[in-house]
Amino acid sequence: MAQLATAKEDDAAKAAGRASGRKPFRLSTLMSIVGTTPMILTAVGVFVICILYSFVLSFTNSRIFPAFGAENFVGTDQYARLWSTGRWLVSVNNIWFFGLLSIAANMTAGYLLAVFMDQRIRAEDLFRSIFLYPFAMSLVITGLVWRWILDPNYGIQATVRGLGFEDFRFAPLVSADTAIYGLVVAGIWNGVGVTMAIMLAGLRGVDSEIWKAAKIDGIPTWRTYLFIVLPMMRGAILTAFILQCVGVVRVFDLIVAMTQGGPGIATQMPAVFVIQHITDRSNVGLGMAAATMMLLPVVVLLGLQVFVQWRANQAKGKAS
Amino acid sequence: MTTETMTAAPISSRIEAGPRGAKPKTLTASRVGIYLFLILAALFFLMPLWVMVVTSLKTMPEIQLRNIFQWPQQITFEPWLKAWDTACTGRDCNGLKPGFLNSVKITVVGTTVSIIIACLNGYALSFWRYKGANVLFGLLVFGAFVPYQVVIYPLIVGFRELGIFGTFPGIILIHTIFGMPILTLLFRNFFAALPPELFKAARVDGAGFWQIFFQIMVPMAVPITIVAVILQVTGIWNDFLFGTVFAGRENMPMTVQLNNIVNTTTGVREYNVHMAATILTAAVPLAVYFISGKWFVRGIAAGAVKG
Amino acid sequence: MKKFTVVAAMATALLGSTAVNAADVEVIHWWTSGGEQAAVSVFAREFDALGEDKWVDTAIAGGENARSATLQRTLGGDPPGAAQFNISRQFEELAEAGLLLDLTPLAEEEGWKDFIRPAAILDVCEFEGKIYCVPVNIHSWQWAWASVPAFEKAGVPLPKNLDEFIAEAPKLQEAGVIPFAIGGEAWQIGGAMGVVMLSQLGKTGHEAIYKDRNLEVAGGPEVLNAIKIFKSLKTFTDEGSANRTWNDTTNLVIQDQAALQIMGDWARGEFAVAGEKPGVDYACIAGPSEEAYLDTGGDIFLFPKQEDAAVEAAQLKMASMMVNPQVQALFNNAKGSLPVRDDVDMSLADDCMKVGLDILKDPNRVIQGAGIYLTQDSIGQMDDLWAEAWANPDMTAEEIQQRFVDIIASAE
Repeated sequence: MAQLATAKEDDAAKAAGRASGRKPFRLSTLMSIVGTTPMILTAVGVFVICILYSFVLSFTNSRIFPAFGAENFVGTDQYARLWSTGRWLVSVNNIWFFGLLSIAANMTAGYLLAVFMDQRIRAEDLFRSIFLYPFAMSLVITGLVWRWILDPNYGIQATVRGLGFEDFRFAPLVSADTAIYGLVVAGIWNGVGVTMAIMLAGLRGVDSEIWKAAKIDGIPTWRTYLFIVLPMMRGAILTAFILQCVGVVRVFDLIVAMTQGGPGIATQMPAVFVIQHITDRSNVGLGMAAATMMLLPVVVLLGLQVFVQWRANQAKGKAS
Repeated sequence: MTTETMTAAPISSRIEAGPRGAKPKTLTASRVGIYLFLILAALFFLMPLWVMVVTSLKTMPEIQLRNIFQWPQQITFEPWLKAWDTACTGRDCNGLKPGFLNSVKITVVGTTVSIIIACLNGYALSFWRYKGANVLFGLLVFGAFVPYQVVIYPLIVGFRELGIFGTFPGIILIHTIFGMPILTLLFRNFFAALPPELFKAARVDGAGFWQIFFQIMVPMAVPITIVAVILQVTGIWNDFLFGTVFAGRENMPMTVQLNNIVNTTTGVREYNVHMAATILTAAVPLAVYFISGKWFVRGIAAGAVKG
Repeated sequence: MKKFTVVAAMATALLGSTAVNAADVEVIHWWTSGGEQAAVSVFAREFDALGEDKWVDTAIAGGENARSATLQRTLGGDPPGAAQFNISRQFEELAEAGLLLDLTPLAEEEGWKDFIRPAAILDVCEFEGKIYCVPVNIHSWQWAWASVPAFEKAGVPLPKNLDEFIAEAPKLQEAGVIPFAIGGEAWQIGGAMGVVMLSQLGKTGHEAIYKDRNLEVAGGPEVLNAIKIFKSLKTFTDEGSANRTWNDTTNLVIQDQAALQIMGDWARGEFAVAGEKPGVDYACIAGPSEEAYLDTGGDIFLFPKQEDAAVEAAQLKMASMMVNPQVQALFNNAKGSLPVRDDVDMSLADDCMKVGLDILKDPNRVIQGAGIYLTQDSIGQMDDLWAEAWANPDMTAEEIQQRFVDIIASAE
């Protein structure tokens, strides 16, 4: 995740290095550590310890409460069971499908809205507020309202049919094959405004000289947006992307309010699996095994990042 | 203000100027297209709100007819009064209002504390990076992906040992911990995008860690602070899980009451009251968006997203 | 109430709490809707009337949320004075860890075993010979709710069992009525399937599978038949059934758009609110079968151990109050559930409730829900299976049965 370090930031770090690194100011370093004590405590004291704790629990047969007795350790039984549970396998597939689709759709829609908002339109404030407000709404109600709107008997389908189009069909939540698209729509409704705002900010952060140059070269506006400006917005895209990823991995309320994981088990997600098992199903061990699996992709990414950085540092060390 | 003169000139002027290009005077086909797109998009976004509002103004028998888009035949404000004042959540029939002050208290203090800490983190990570700081930051961002429920057990035990389980400081600490990853990310990117000359000059003048922080960085961080405030207010205000577990009975936030009104399992569901209650509960974050939406975009533009 | 107060005072005196100071007892429960609120108020009012002690109400909607809050607060060293739970094996671990107040002396003193019926309902609270909870009401799943006008419209008589219903369902469909109303949430599907299963298995078969883990019965023809009925019920639903809440579904029956719904006895409240009359506008069919069985689900309260002796004394008073006959009558009339004892004035009960009360008098027709015999984990696996089977018509009945047998075989 540390690739968020942008080019500019590296400059700043270098500047800081020039200012403080070569001639060590011990007091300042100390102050920096003192100033970030809450962060150190949170990163190590909360996240590392909690994750290790969960990891250890995943090798036990804990039910309601964490149990660490010698007789509680069951090796990798929970993992074996996890990967032979149909519902978990469906959940894993779903999170990839849902995640990729909703992040892609969210980013595309967010960028598109931002581009349109950037056309020197009237009532920009109003439009922006309209796109942003859903983020303030409780996901429980978001789910309920969208369930109504998508309900074939009294939502959009019924209304359009009432207008005389008897064969109109629009009921994504009804079928196991399409229910996940319904979730994506509701998810986008809730979160696209924030993406739009970040993208819009990114657009406005692009140097106006670029636009002038593109115009002189006779490049059409849409091409400028897509091929010149978009690649320059790395920071905006990354910020929006991280926010989206965090939301997707944790998706829970929306599922519970809209589909309860159904029809059948068609829209089950890992977070729902974890939470149900550590609460109502009283199988903390299995839930923690699932949670560990959820964190695995993030650990791999992070490890890769550390490794790449370490290699880069090594190379730099040799060069100088 | 030195702030504005010191940020990169073309960018700040662009932010001030708003959208690109000159204001068009004639209504061309493409302009019509732009507005058509935006209006259609706005309709999509407003549709659920429309359903919520009309439902909240209907009587229960009318809701059961299921014309969810239709304007009520007979408008009633009863559900709104009930949601605020008399809806029952268990034995207490005081509607949403008892939790309101608690929510305000938790949100104000929680937002303030978490932003101060995140601002300091971002500053230290950008200018005073000590050995291992990046690893710590990586761990912190990693924490953003952990489902809350997974870390609740060890946190409960830890809080019990500290003696702050079920207290006001406890709930503030929880929000600070879980707000830290994203907020630190925002502040770090913001500070990193500032011109390094700023920092160098201050160092040459002999300013130290805290001096630079309070005299230069804090005043400059206003735009990104607005972004952080908006995200954090929404997050803390809408929190339900931590409120029920960590806040203690006296500090229960409003969302606990909203959840009690909305989430009944085998009881009768009054959808009109549910909708009114939702809109009422969302009123504070909504107001924050409407008032500061412009600053939200500007704040992000001022640094958090530069690549 | 006077007599009752005396009894309660005696109970506490007998238990030897000499230093009885006033105490607050915080109660966590998930009764948040209008009708439920009326019921919980009965408890609170009666408890406050006993003396100086105060009922402090913490309502958290959703059983899952409320139970989690109780568990997490117990772990955090700040347990509530009393907490609502469902009848299940969930509380065992709490009892095992020594976190619950032992109610055995009180229960023996008051003779709970003599008046709480059916006896099964108190067994639930027993763990290693001690009593750790108080059952307060009985809710049963085994009911079908029918719209009388819908059946009249189709010109078919009200069914007495599921086979009859399935035979008539096509006629209902032709008449433009949704024959079978259900909401596609996992708990609704799982619950309905449990009812179908019991109607085929009867008490002996039910106990053979869940209590004795008899795999032959689980793999036998009755279960297969139940799965087939379950699959054909699916074909008589409407397309809006996915994810519909149970009361929106009941509303279809109230509006006579749907003919029949299988749902627990809490559905009666919806008919009452809509002003419907039993026997005229709607009918309740126990079973649904000529030989109906009822399970004894419902709510229990447990009392986490407290450090303060005054609170402990108040907890015992509260437990005693909850099974008091007068309180039972008031509470259950408000809640629409059945009382846990016989000697209770249920003159306010409607016809459906009276049918239920009659069935409960015969111990042979009372069963324990699967949740008594199996862990929540196994119950959850079954819910997942039924939900999947419901949504996926390609799964054959034999396939479904095989997976059911696997779950029973691996159940702890």
